[in-house]
Amino acid sequence: MDHTKTPSAPNSASQADVPLAHVVELRILLTVFAALIMLTAITVAVSYFDFGAFNLSVALGVATIKATLVALYFMHLRYDNAFYATIFVIAVGFLGLFLGITMLDAVEYYPDVQTWQQSTR
Amino acid sequence: MTQSQEPPPAPRDGGNHDAAPLAHHFDSLKQQYDSAKLGMWVFLITEVLFFSGLFCWYAVFRANHPDVFVDGHHFLETPLGAFNTAVLIFSSLTMALAVRSAQLGRRAPLIGLLSVTLLCGLVFLGVKTAEYRQKWHHRLVPGQARIEYFFSAKRTDGVSAPPAKEFLPEGEGQAQYRQYVRQHLAHAGEEILTEEQLQGRIANLRSFMGIYFTLTGLHALHVIIGMGVIFWILVGAIRGRFGPRRFTAVDLVGLYWHLVDLIWIYLFPLLYLIH
Repeated sequence: MDHTKTPSAPNSASQADVPLAHVVELRILLTVFAALIMLTAITVAVSYFDFGAFNLSVALGVATIKATLVALYFMHLRYDNAFYATIFVIAVGFLGLFLGITMLDAVEYYPDVQTWQQSTR
Repeated sequence: MTQSQEPPPAPRDGGNHDAAPLAHHFDSLKQQYDSAKLGMWVFLITEVLFFSGLFCWYAVFRANHPDVFVDGHHFLETPLGAFNTAVLIFSSLTMALAVRSAQLGRRAPLIGLLSVTLLCGLVFLGVKTAEYRQKWHHRLVPGQARIEYFFSAKRTDGVSAPPAKEFLPEGEGQAQYRQYVRQHLAHAGEEILTEEQLQGRIANLRSFMGIYFTLTGLHALHVIIGMGVIFWILVGAIRGRFGPRRFTAVDLVGLYWHLVDLIWIYLFPLLYLIH
């Protein structure tokens, strides 16, 4: 089999100018960077305040906004074939399933843990 | 293996304007590039799921023993963690800009930006090393007593390994160490701890440090691997191997580096910012 493509192959002439990927504008990359630094500052500042049960949610919420920005703009998911974003979101879904089901099981044992902790005090 | 189309008459700016070699099983460069990228994304997903096991460990432990994490984070330097977060985010920006330069065929900026990214990786690891050194100095490394014993002269004396309880330094060092732990636990009006309480808190601390070292250590390993592949790309860039029609390697290494950043974005609040 010939391992080279001849110029007459359907791709070469017509697809030579097809861009391989979107080039993200400089302005957008710099804006995303500024937003990420700002969110980092916010999450550090906010950690000195007590929101009670919402402490973890606030920290993880900000982290998720930052992660989304990185994935959409730095990792080009917004501009690329939606298939990549789809498999990434599915993976995150499985991560949630994994964590969620494990946590459901873990809280089942929480009363036992409490009983044990009381007994060691 | 290259397409026999003549290269476009682009300005000679040092960038490589040849198209990437097209493997015979692909129809077009675009298809070849998309396939490589799909493969990289599948690999990144295995990385996410790999880390998710550790995040799961963290979640179960934190749900059942929240006090361990509240105690533990007092022994981490939040400013250093925040600084490292900023360094990694900045390196993500320079990496994204490097991919952009490769796409536009600008060789000099590509080399510069990859070098800056590499430098940021070094700074990150330097700060991490300083933090780890401090933890070692404060005897917060899990299994440290055994490691020290292993490398000490005692080993030849036929003395058995010290039990885990002997984690505390002996003699005068012990008083200092207790003072150090007490100071760091001095929050929420709990300055006065009984001996038993202190022992329990120190045991908690070691559990937290086990999680801290596993998560950050594995992340640091990824930083080191990322720096290795960035170095490889840098060499390629210096040799003029990348251009508007052949930047797949730069793009995929960029994706890996961003994922390393992404994981740190979660590790930082989970370990350093606990209230």
